[in-house]
Amino acid sequence: MIRLSNLHKAFGSQTVLNDLSLEIPAGQITAIIGPSGEGKSVLIKHMIGLMRPDSGQIEVDGEDILNVRRSRLNQIREKFGMLFQNAALFDSMNVFENVAFPLQEKTDLPKDEIRRRVISALEDVGLKNVEQKFTDELSGGMKKRVGLARALLLKPKIILFDEPTTGLDPIIKRAIHQLIKETHTKFGFTAVIVSHEIPEIFDIAQNVAMLFRGKILQFGSAEDIKNSDHPVVKQFVSGSLDGPIQMV
Amino acid sequence: MSALVQSIGHSTIALVRDLGRIGWFLIYSFYMVVRRPGRPVHILKQLKFIGAKSLFVIFLTAAFTGMVLGLQGYYTLAKFGSEGMLGTAVALSLIRELGPVLTALMVTGRAGSAITAEIGIMRISEQIDALETMALDPFKYLITPKLIAAIIALPLLCAIFDVVGIYGGWLVGVKLLGVNPGAYFYEMEKAVVWRDVSSGIAKSLSFGVIIAWVGCYKGYYAGHGAEGVSRATTESVVLTSVLVLVWDYFLTSVLL
Repeated sequence: MIRLSNLHKAFGSQTVLNDLSLEIPAGQITAIIGPSGEGKSVLIKHMIGLMRPDSGQIEVDGEDILNVRRSRLNQIREKFGMLFQNAALFDSMNVFENVAFPLQEKTDLPKDEIRRRVISALEDVGLKNVEQKFTDELSGGMKKRVGLARALLLKPKIILFDEPTTGLDPIIKRAIHQLIKETHTKFGFTAVIVSHEIPEIFDIAQNVAMLFRGKILQFGSAEDIKNSDHPVVKQFVSGSLDGPIQMV
Repeated sequence: MSALVQSIGHSTIALVRDLGRIGWFLIYSFYMVVRRPGRPVHILKQLKFIGAKSLFVIFLTAAFTGMVLGLQGYYTLAKFGSEGMLGTAVALSLIRELGPVLTALMVTGRAGSAITAEIGIMRISEQIDALETMALDPFKYLITPKLIAAIIALPLLCAIFDVVGIYGGWLVGVKLLGVNPGAYFYEMEKAVVWRDVSSGIAKSLSFGVIIAWVGCYKGYYAGHGAEGVSRATTESVVLTSVLVLVWDYFLTSVLL
C-alpha cells in the first residue's frame, strides 16, 4: 500500500501539491484524474521517489521512503514498475534489448532464459516479431506496449502508469486499457493510473481520486466519482465548459 | 534597494547550490568508479567514442599545429642563428603545453558536447527516470563508463598529438626550410626530459576528468525541452574549455 500524507511541493512560486494526502489500496487499480497541469505526473513521481516533496511523508508498505538510504530506496523501488507518458524506452537499444535490460542487469539468468522471458512478455502485450526494431520504428501504441512489457517483466507488486493512452487513437486506447485490466487480473499488482480518459477510465479503475488545486478533492469508487455531486468533479467528468474549473 | 539585496541573495544561494551540486557530482562519480565501475563493454564503447573517433581531428589539428610551430619557430630562431634548436622548441611546446591543451579542447568540441547532448536527451525523455525506477543507478550506466574512458583516452590522444605535431614541425622545418634533420631530433632528445612528458600526461589525465565531469553534469541537469539540451550543450563546451585553460595554468605553475 502507498500512503501519502500532507505533501507539499512547489516549483518556485507555483504550489503544485498543497497538503495532499492519499492512500492507494493494495491489489487494486486506482486512477488519478484531474485537469491538465494540476500535478498528476508530479504526484506519481513522488510515489516512487523520483521527486521529493518540500514536506510531508510517503510510505510504501509502511516504510517511509523519504528517510531511507539510497540503497534501501533502490530495494523499495524493486517493488515498482513504471510506464512513462512517452514510454521512456532507451533509444540506443532495440526492442529486445530494452525489455531484456532489467533482467540482464538484475539477474544472473542465462541468455536463453532471458530470451524466452522477453519474448513471452512481448507476447503478453500482443507484440510479435518486433524484437529487432528500434524505438523510432515503432508507433506510439507499440512503444507503450513495449514499455508495459518492460515494466511487467520483473513482476512488480506495484505499477505506476503515467498517462498510458495519451496521444493514441481510440482503438489503440481501448486495447491498452484492456491490456492493463487483463494483466492486472493475471498478475494482481497494485496499479496507479494517471489519466485524462473520461469516461473510459471508470471501466478499468476500482478507485478514482480527483486532484484539483494541489489536493485530492474526492476519493472513492469509480461509481461514486462518476456520479459525484461535487461541482468540480461533476464538471470534470461531464467535460462541461461551465463550472468552477476555469479555462486559462 | 530591497529588491536588489533580494536578487543578490537569490543569485548567491543559487551559485552556492550549483557549486555544491557540481562538486558532489564529481565526488559521487569517483565513488561509483571505485564501487561499481560498470561493465567493460560499456567502457570500451565509450573509449571508442571518445578516443578512437577523435583520432582524425587529433591528427589534423596536431599536424597543422606542428607545422605552424615549425614555421614560427624557424622564423624566431633564425634571428639568433639557432635553427638547430627547432626540434627542441617544437617538442617542448607540444609535450608540455599545446598537446594536452589542444587535445582537450578538440575532444571537448567533438565528444564533450555529444556527451552532454546524449545525457540531456535521456533526461528530458525520462530515460534516466526509467533507469531509476528499475532501481538501477544511472551513474553506473551513464557517467562512470564515460569518466573512465575519458581518463584513459585523453593521455593516449595527447601522446598521438605530440608525435604527429613533432613530425609536422619536422616536415616544415627540415623538408621545406632546410633545417638539419640530425640536429632537429638530436637537440630534441637532449632537451626533453621525463618530467616534461610526465607533466603532459598529468595534464591530459586531469583534462579527461574535466571533460567527462562537466559534460555529464550539464547533461544530467539539463533544463526542459530541446532548448534546455541546447543550452546545456553550449554551457558544457564553454565551461569545459574555460576550466581546461584555468586548470592548465595552475597545473603548469605547480609542475614547472
